[in-house]
Amino acid sequence: MTNNLPLYILAAPLLAAFAVSVFGRLNSRVIAPLVLLPLGGSAFASFFLLLQVLQSGSFRYVVGNWEAPYGIELLFDPLSCLMLFLVTGVSFIASFSALPSTFRELPGRESLFFTLYLIMVVGLCGLVITADAFNLYVLLEITSISTYGMIAMGKGRPPLASFNYIILGSVGACFYLLGVGYLYILTGTLNMADLARLVPEIAGTAAYATAFGFVLVGLWIKMAFFPLHNWLPRAYWHAPAGMTVMVAPLMTKVSVYLMVRLIYAVFQPDWVFQPDFGLMTQLSVREVVLWIASIGIVVASIVAYSQRDLRRMLVYLIVAEVGYMVGGVWLANDLGLTGALLHIVNDALMTLCLFLACSAIWYAVGSTSFDSLQGLYRRMPLTMAAFTLTGFSMMGVPPTCGFFSKWYLILGGLDAGHYQFVGALVASSLINAILFFRVFEIAYFKAPEEGEDGPGLPRQEAPMMMTVPLVLAAALLLVAGFGAGTLVSRVIGVAIPELM
Amino acid sequence: MDGLMQELVARYNYWIYVILMMIGFYAMIGKRNLVKKLLGMNIFQTAIILFFVSIGVKNQGSIPILSKKQALEGVADVAQVINPLPHVLMLTAIVVGVSVTGVALAVLQRIYKEYGTLEEDEILEKISKR
Repeated sequence: MTNNLPLYILAAPLLAAFAVSVFGRLNSRVIAPLVLLPLGGSAFASFFLLLQVLQSGSFRYVVGNWEAPYGIELLFDPLSCLMLFLVTGVSFIASFSALPSTFRELPGRESLFFTLYLIMVVGLCGLVITADAFNLYVLLEITSISTYGMIAMGKGRPPLASFNYIILGSVGACFYLLGVGYLYILTGTLNMADLARLVPEIAGTAAYATAFGFVLVGLWIKMAFFPLHNWLPRAYWHAPAGMTVMVAPLMTKVSVYLMVRLIYAVFQPDWVFQPDFGLMTQLSVREVVLWIASIGIVVASIVAYSQRDLRRMLVYLIVAEVGYMVGGVWLANDLGLTGALLHIVNDALMTLCLFLACSAIWYAVGSTSFDSLQGLYRRMPLTMAAFTLTGFSMMGVPPTCGFFSKWYLILGGLDAGHYQFVGALVASSLINAILFFRVFEIAYFKAPEEGEDGPGLPRQEAPMMMTVPLVLAAALLLVAGFGAGTLVSRVIGVAIPELM
Repeated sequence: MDGLMQELVARYNYWIYVILMMIGFYAMIGKRNLVKKLLGMNIFQTAIILFFVSIGVKNQGSIPILSKKQALEGVADVAQVINPLPHVLMLTAIVVGVSVTGVALAVLQRIYKEYGTLEEDEILEKISKR
């Protein structure tokens, strides 16, 4: 193995996690460099890896020289490298904001928190590049266990939310494991490429359909797909702010990516999206999933409208966005898949911005309830400018990136003739417009209570560590918007044929 | 009827795992005590572990260790040796299960310190009063 660069992307945060748990306990000042340097290094390395893969083609990294299908492979194709860059980049940006907020929220326990934070990033990186079905299960549990721990660290109600998440998350992982077990009985292998080779022979059997069902439901629980989403809002409401800025943008998106990967690289799209499984004569599975996704998008948006707290509102928007991506994948045409993959990238950036803003507001004001947002445009102009831009992106206003993925999804929906999905997308955009303009109105027009300062409230931004990444991430929304054409033609357009 | 019985007996390992899984599932969904929920989760995981272990077994199979004589002569018969891979996988799954249980117990401890009870209804009542 001459080129071990890919493995260092994983190893850097993992080693840093141990260093943080040992040295961070002794002196909390070493935590910041120990978190930022490895994550930054991984982000840059994965960016160069993406360029390299785009130039000279995808490759497989054999861990420890144990050849596949016996050993474990890591797959670096355009899509997995794009996801790797997304995961490391978003977690790098998010960690700038997570540092000050965690130092305030969990004094004395920062080292524990950032140990889990780094392990979580390692787990997510592993998930996107693994080419082994069982390895995927283990990494899924690594990410989940670190999330359980981080959620439970919050004060008050989080332990109960975390416990409920443990129960549901374990059910999801067990379902996935069971599905893999059925696949193993049928094929005798766990390597994804090997599975794809053997799968056509067994495609008609009931055991194969069972395996697919278990794997799919397991992943749906992990990605909080409506109606299996109930754990997510409760778990994210009271979780430490430093956790939400990283986990909210990444966890659900990576699960959607895993669903795409498993459908296209293992179970074969021809079989998954076939109109008739022989189980139901009237409705195809695809039709049912699209209906659920459409209903989920609308319901989650409406529930988001009924919230009176910024973070609670955003949490339900995550659930709605999962519906976008799952629906896009199950449209089963190139436009839908392109839209879904583009939306994974865009939504990760948008959710990052929203939660960075939410975290900054919480840091400066002490609360994120709608009442405490009053007059925020005057107090935190930078934060609110970035938040406004993100809001427009969530509504799908060009030239922000939210417009382009939605455009592809709508085109895919029209192409496939699934008008209910298109309707749900449009409805959700309208509800998003109402949601965000309500927040803008409260923050801009409603004067704060007559206080000693009167109308001229002092500027009170969150510290630079939180504001600068937010502004940067908001600028990335525009960059991703203007670069959407390049991203689709150079990366996603190349990635889709390679998936199969 | 005979056919059904034969089917049940021939695949009894699957039936056992399904029954165990359902018991665990019921405890997770139906019970209101958090420790019972956790126990249900453990039963659920164990059912899957047993399922994996059972699929490696072969009738009259021996342990998957080659004797030196067999290896030198090259006469090892794969059909006579049980498949060790599912067992190895389950070692990992057991580790994962133990870790999850450990985290869950730690979380339960925090819940008990916070609310003084592990009954979900009483906890929710206390939360709503605050």
